[in-house]
Amino acid sequence: MSHLRSILNRLLQLIPVLIGISVISFLLLRLAPGDPVRLLVGDRASPETIAAVRQQYGLDLPLPLQFLRYVSNVLQGDLGLSLRFQRPVAELIGQFMGPTLFLAGYVVVLTVPPTLLLAVAAAKRPGGFIDQLIRFLGIMGLSIPVFWLGIMMARFFGAELGWFPVSGYGQTFTAHLHHLFLPAVSISIWLIPVLTQSLRQALIERSAADFITAARAQGASEREIFWRHMLPNAILPTFNLLGVMVALIIGSTVIVESVYAVPGLGRLLIAALMGRDYYVVQGLTLVFALVTVAITLIIDIISTFIDPRVEL
Amino acid sequence: MTAAENHMAAPERRNWRLAGSGLAALLILGGWIFAALFAPWVAPYDPDAIGMMTMLGAPSASHWFGTDQVGRDILSRVIHGARVDLLMCVLGVLPPLIIGTTVGLLSGYFRGLTDAVFMRVYDITVAFPFFVLVLAIVGLLGPGLTNYFIALAIVGWVTYARLVRAEVLVLRESEYVLAAQVLGFSNRVILLNHVLPNALSPVITYAVSDAVLVMLAGASLGFLGMGAQPPTAEWGVMIADGQSFIDQAWWICFFPGIAAISLGLGLAFLGDALAQLRRPVRS
Repeated sequence: MSHLRSILNRLLQLIPVLIGISVISFLLLRLAPGDPVRLLVGDRASPETIAAVRQQYGLDLPLPLQFLRYVSNVLQGDLGLSLRFQRPVAELIGQFMGPTLFLAGYVVVLTVPPTLLLAVAAAKRPGGFIDQLIRFLGIMGLSIPVFWLGIMMARFFGAELGWFPVSGYGQTFTAHLHHLFLPAVSISIWLIPVLTQSLRQALIERSAADFITAARAQGASEREIFWRHMLPNAILPTFNLLGVMVALIIGSTVIVESVYAVPGLGRLLIAALMGRDYYVVQGLTLVFALVTVAITLIIDIISTFIDPRVEL
Repeated sequence: MTAAENHMAAPERRNWRLAGSGLAALLILGGWIFAALFAPWVAPYDPDAIGMMTMLGAPSASHWFGTDQVGRDILSRVIHGARVDLLMCVLGVLPPLIIGTTVGLLSGYFRGLTDAVFMRVYDITVAFPFFVLVLAIVGLLGPGLTNYFIALAIVGWVTYARLVRAEVLVLRESEYVLAAQVLGFSNRVILLNHVLPNALSPVITYAVSDAVLVMLAGASLGFLGMGAQPPTAEWGVMIADGQSFIDQAWWICFFPGIAAISLGLGLAFLGDALAQLRRPVRS
């Protein structure tokens, strides 16, 4: 019962966020210098054409009405039309989504196990040699530009050794795994340090918890305490990491897809920005935000089931 | 020794770590700041001088880092690039820091409507993936560093505000702030003289790690063609330049990347030294 109520409460809190997200993605287009109609019809259009297009897109309406129109379009799955592809933005996003989803999943699979291992190893003896070493490697990883690492790995493992393809996506599942290995590793190397530090902190806080002291007082061995008490308690923070990861992964796929020419949403975004294909930019920004919010929500809700004490 | 006891560092260990990180930060950051300030004198060549004879030259005695596809000296360009990338760290961090600190102070101290509005704005802003939002704003305003700084000011301040707000919520209940209120000091005086100085330390620590992020994101924008524009010697732009020649001339990409990593490391060491200063010591 209390589960249901807190989930309901969390959903209510979502409403202002969703309104805000749509306001921002709506206003985003207003940032572009110049008249949006000019962008739609080009510079040589006659005044009549301009007036007609202005009316067709509802750009002659006052701003609040334009906003309502935008929201109602979005609710019907209409994100506007790509000027370059002459196709609905929603359709384009659907077409380019596959590689990005695959890459994101790949990154999660490659990131979570090492993060868990490193954080546990570091938290076992905070301040010890292994902890210091992991911290230093983490600082290194954080300072590496992802796109630079991508180029260097493509040159070495791709061109030099010929182990991996350096661009594209492939046709089959195994080809995807092969093509996206270097892109996924480039992101993971940067992501693992970020996540390791926060998980390590959570683990250390748990290790100072009362139940650890109690177990110790009852004569449990350090080994037993670690495996039976500390580690199970690390599951929730690890799980919550996934929520933090979403936004970071989306941001870095944009960069890495450009380096490795992966035909995903990130490449679509860069191409749209370069080609001033504004409705695509707007649609993608909105979709990325909605995905982030949705995944955070799902993780929060599952957390309450794992640990009933979690408040949403 | 248990993990919990170990967590509070012994003073000697803390001091060693403080000295080590501080020295590393001083050397690396000092080196880059010196190189940036005196770039025309430090750099062996004109960073924009092209040379038909020196195209795609490998690292050698006359060109330590080699030359690029139009014969420009990579070392000179990396040194001049430090000007742009260091400037990014400053101009990309300070405006969000100032705006965020102000909002955080007001929101945490006065609570009420300001606070409620701020928290909603925060929730909405962090719903967008940071890099995507910055990229979209820069792309729509038009590529260039100025627009990058504008985008950071629009997006980045919320984190600072959230950080300061959390500090202020604690400080406003502290005895010395209550005492100042009882003594009849104005809110302005209390905020500026009593609350702000005590709320600032986590902000500065965060600003240092933010500088790494801002530098790397700025270089990424340069790489994607959305940041500093060629022929500006900026590390991200240089890496983008070299990408097409990576198979014949790895050095065009390699050295600007190393420069970015070293600046990032210097900032990370500075951040670690500052964190050690703040850490409680077991007496």
